[in-house]
Amino acid sequence: MSLASIADNFFGLFNYWVVILLMMIGFYTVISHDNLVKKLIGLNLFQTAVFVFYISMGKISGSTAPILMSGKGSEDVLYAHPLPHVLILTAIVVGVSTTALGLALVVRINEAYGSIEEDDVLEADFETQEEETEEEAERMARAEARQERESAQQDHDDGREEEDDDRETRS
Amino acid sequence: MIEAFFAQMPALVIVLPLLAAPICVLLHRGGPSWFVYLLTTWACFALAFLLFVQVKIGGPISYAMGGWAPPFGIELRLDALNTVVLLLVTGIAAISSVYAKASVAAEIASERAYLFYAALLLCFCGLAGITVTGDAFNLFVFLEISSLSSYALIAMGSKRRALLSAFQYLIMGTIGGTFLLIGIGFLYMMTGSLNMADIASRLPAVADTRTVEAGLAFIVVGTSLKFALFPVHVWLPNAYTYAPSSVSAFIAATATKVAVYALMRFLFTVFGAAYAFDQLPLGEVLLVLSVAAMLSGSMAAIFQTDVKRLLAWSSIAQIGYIVMGFALASSAGVSASVVHMVNHGLIKGALFMAVGAMFWRLRTISLNDIAGLGRQMPITSAAFVVAGLSLIGVPATGGFISKWVLLEAVMEPGHYWLAAAILVSSLMALIYIGRVVEALYFRERPEGQPPVGEAPVLMLTATWTLVLANIVLGLYATPLIGAAERAARAVLGAGS
Repeated sequence: MSLASIADNFFGLFNYWVVILLMMIGFYTVISHDNLVKKLIGLNLFQTAVFVFYISMGKISGSTAPILMSGKGSEDVLYAHPLPHVLILTAIVVGVSTTALGLALVVRINEAYGSIEEDDVLEADFETQEEETEEEAERMARAEARQERESAQQDHDDGREEEDDDRETRS
Repeated sequence: MIEAFFAQMPALVIVLPLLAAPICVLLHRGGPSWFVYLLTTWACFALAFLLFVQVKIGGPISYAMGGWAPPFGIELRLDALNTVVLLLVTGIAAISSVYAKASVAAEIASERAYLFYAALLLCFCGLAGITVTGDAFNLFVFLEISSLSSYALIAMGSKRRALLSAFQYLIMGTIGGTFLLIGIGFLYMMTGSLNMADIASRLPAVADTRTVEAGLAFIVVGTSLKFALFPVHVWLPNAYTYAPSSVSAFIAATATKVAVYALMRFLFTVFGAAYAFDQLPLGEVLLVLSVAAMLSGSMAAIFQTDVKRLLAWSSIAQIGYIVMGFALASSAGVSASVVHMVNHGLIKGALFMAVGAMFWRLRTISLNDIAGLGRQMPITSAAFVVAGLSLIGVPATGGFISKWVLLEAVMEPGHYWLAAAILVSSLMALIYIGRVVEALYFRERPEGQPPVGEAPVLMLTATWTLVLANIVLGLYATPLIGAAERAARAVLGAGS
């Protein structure tokens, strides 16, 4: 493969290289950033790459925009394929509503946690989880203590047999 | 007049909920909105039933949306496969609408309940749309409608953790949806068509290009993200755990099944089984992932203390069963997939509803808090036990039938290691369901907890309807298996 053909390949598919680049930048941003807004920006880049992909697909080299023209020679005019452009309008609407919903969630997360860093939020959740497990453990301890008391009572009444039964059910 | 109505039924299944959603917003009050939701879902259920019968008698229906003939206009296409899925989706929606009232009143602020019902209707509309459409791009749009509304629904959960779960689901779900969009773009590039049947007829001429292969890869990964196949399942446990009870029940029973249906539709109808499974090694890849999903999902479920999270992990395992069925690409495999799709929808719906009823009383659902509930909420607990038995696959339940046909399907080509994986995963199901049953019946109520009564009648009715459906399908499985076999014939016949 000569240098010229490589260059030709590159510039001939320029749009698609841009699509891949944009998509990977967006994807990497989504994965690598902790900040939820930055994640959304990455997601947006990712989606925009697909918009560019669809629009490039409909373009024919040397064609004009798909607009109805009058006059001489208008039948022979080469125009871009309009359908991918229309499709991508729908996808843009989907993208806009996803972003709006995502930002609304970020606002609510900020209200609830006072932070939009994923790590902070997870840490806050982890702390409350520790509290919850502590509460749980306390409850369990209380329940066991009660059962102990009851079995002691029963022990007093009916002898050792009952206590053994009780241990089994507890374990 | 009647004939004109029958002719419009495929469109009505989508149009009714799409119109009902703004009506809910206009009504601006929870009570009437619930009533609209109830009416719409039951009407759609009736329509789905009529369509099912019509397809069974008269063969596939093609409906040209807006009178534009396919392949240029959007075609709604109903065959033996998607009428079954549609029946499942509308049926679960109808029954969960009965359940929703009390559950929503307890978990959603009353001034926002009407928005909740509107979002639920949109989600339902999206799921029904994915099922009936015969147009690839239209499928993407409906997938996003259902996904966007389910992000909002999950964020309405009562704990603040619901917010981050919804956000994570939004990120993963959008990436999945965008992958699907790229895949459809590749197909459009090569075939110049968006109509699935039309793409299928044009595809063989260009099938050996890398563009089509890349399109298949993007579509498989995109839909797998939506139904949480093993390595891309991380969004699911949190989303199901923190969503409001009625949403968990509805989405767990329908959304993943519909995404699996979408993948089956692409693989069998658009690409064709011969291309996807014989020419490319997709079957092997999916089989390995499904086994990994079954074992890892069941294993993780065993160690959960939150019952909803336990059920969510179990869902990941059950998705493995469904994927395993159609990854065999045999007639028996596809029909086993369809049978398990329906049965698992009914089982998970019932389980999440029973757990939701306990949550309604206790406001918490950890194993320690539900301890001893078997005596205080006997009807709910019994529902959980019966549905749990069906999940394990005990004879005389729907779950047994689906495991049986799946085992038959994997034994047919002699995949004994798959059969072993199914059995091991079922045994693990016995352990995690057993832990909940043990907590319910063989432990004392925690001290200081006031005694609780049963859940409201409507919640119990809805839960038990699904439980009874499980038992009926376990004892009298012929209609379901017949429908599944017709579905398998329909998709495999179209593909080859």
